[in-house]
Amino acid sequence: MATYATNEFRAGLKVLLEADPCSIIENEFVKPGKGQAFNRVKFRNLKTGRVWERTFKSGETIEAADVMEAEMEYLYSDGQFWYFMKTDGSYEQVEAGDAAVAEARDWLKEQDTFMVTLWNGDPISVTPPNFVDLEVTETDPGLRGDTAQGATKPATLSTGATVKVPLFVNIGDVLRIDTRTGEYVSRVKS
Amino acid sequence: MTSDGPCEPCWEPSCDIEALKVRARMLRITRRFFEERDVLEVQTPVLGRHAVTDPAIECIGTRDGRFLQPSPEYHMKRLLAAGAPSIFSIGPVFRAGEAGRWHNTEFTMLEWYRVGFDVDDLMRELAALIDELLGPSDYERRTFAGLTALDIDHATTDELDLAIADAVARLRDKRVFVTRYPARQAALARISNGVADRFELVIDGIEVANGYHELTDVEELTRRLAADNLLRCERDQTVPHVDRALLAAHASGLPDCAGVAVGFDRLVALEIGARALADVMPFPDGRA
Repeated sequence: MATYATNEFRAGLKVLLEADPCSIIENEFVKPGKGQAFNRVKFRNLKTGRVWERTFKSGETIEAADVMEAEMEYLYSDGQFWYFMKTDGSYEQVEAGDAAVAEARDWLKEQDTFMVTLWNGDPISVTPPNFVDLEVTETDPGLRGDTAQGATKPATLSTGATVKVPLFVNIGDVLRIDTRTGEYVSRVKS
Repeated sequence: MTSDGPCEPCWEPSCDIEALKVRARMLRITRRFFEERDVLEVQTPVLGRHAVTDPAIECIGTRDGRFLQPSPEYHMKRLLAAGAPSIFSIGPVFRAGEAGRWHNTEFTMLEWYRVGFDVDDLMRELAALIDELLGPSDYERRTFAGLTALDIDHATTDELDLAIADAVARLRDKRVFVTRYPARQAALARISNGVADRFELVIDGIEVANGYHELTDVEELTRRLAADNLLRCERDQTVPHVDRALLAAHASGLPDCAGVAVGFDRLVALEIGARALADVMPFPDGRA
């Protein structure tokens, strides 16, 4: 198994920490003038998203994690798994479990492309694009001409997500949503 | 991580020209400060016959078997033993493998020795210089033992280094003298009543200076250098020849004195609020 020594640590490196795949966010060389050198490292656990901080003595090694990211098209869900297909022409499919799609679940529209993080070939997280276009399936009737600033109502989208939208939005409208905040951006002309 | 990412061919300086002006002004202030106090500026060799035994410092060897000096300390002590009055030096020093946000293989060290001073006198003088360079402020005093919950007598040296480095990093937004180092962290400070007469100055969580009431006893010095080399053997580090010129200087008589070394680049960084040495050095590692 490949390992990395502290002098190879850099942001973005994928490593195994307590048997979980992690990505190095920040690596700082620390050394008192008259003391041992070490590295203070911040990791993101790629399974949980949690940030860990650890200190290593210079020269220590940690195991590399076989982690890669791939653009994949979302196909469908059978209720238990969510199926994605590689867009590199291989048509290779993977099944993602509950935990992996957790953050993307509200935005999973069939045939949209997502960034899937694979660990030893298995999906561990699915990242939606920053913006997705989704159709409104349920909302109170639109009030034409209502221009009251900031007034909103809830709308349910085709994926089941609920977002706050302006009063003029109608069922069947396609809306652009910012997946990082879960907020309505605009109505998409179709 | 430095803020200075890899680039090619990297001909431009990594810092603003403005930072160079601040550095030049701080160098002027420093030289005037010592001139007013009758402390003599000296230049010591960058290239020397000997490496240091300090296990925490690795020297860079040259092809002709000599070493880039990691500090002017040994040469300055030889000057003091030869009858020099209080002296200061500002110049480049080199430490292998030290690169990071607050480290650069080559850096500028300000070091001075005061004949007849003890650590309290020297801390006062250092504070006066820092006040002139960074503006006046208050200085706290914390003992080494007060910085950590560890049992100092029983923790391993590694544990202590880690714990203290972490504690120091948390001393933000203030100037703190850390005093009363454990005897085994004495380096070249004298030990009185089981405690090393050594201090460090930490500013906003960054280690800026390290000072000693200097050890003068040649037998004790010989023992410490041998202990350094023993530790180096255990750790599979290179084992340098002990600097016999330094020992001979001590044998002939080092005057009672206190000395302190200051990382000058870090001071410049603190003055302009930079977050990395690359912001105050034109050509740090990777661009030099």
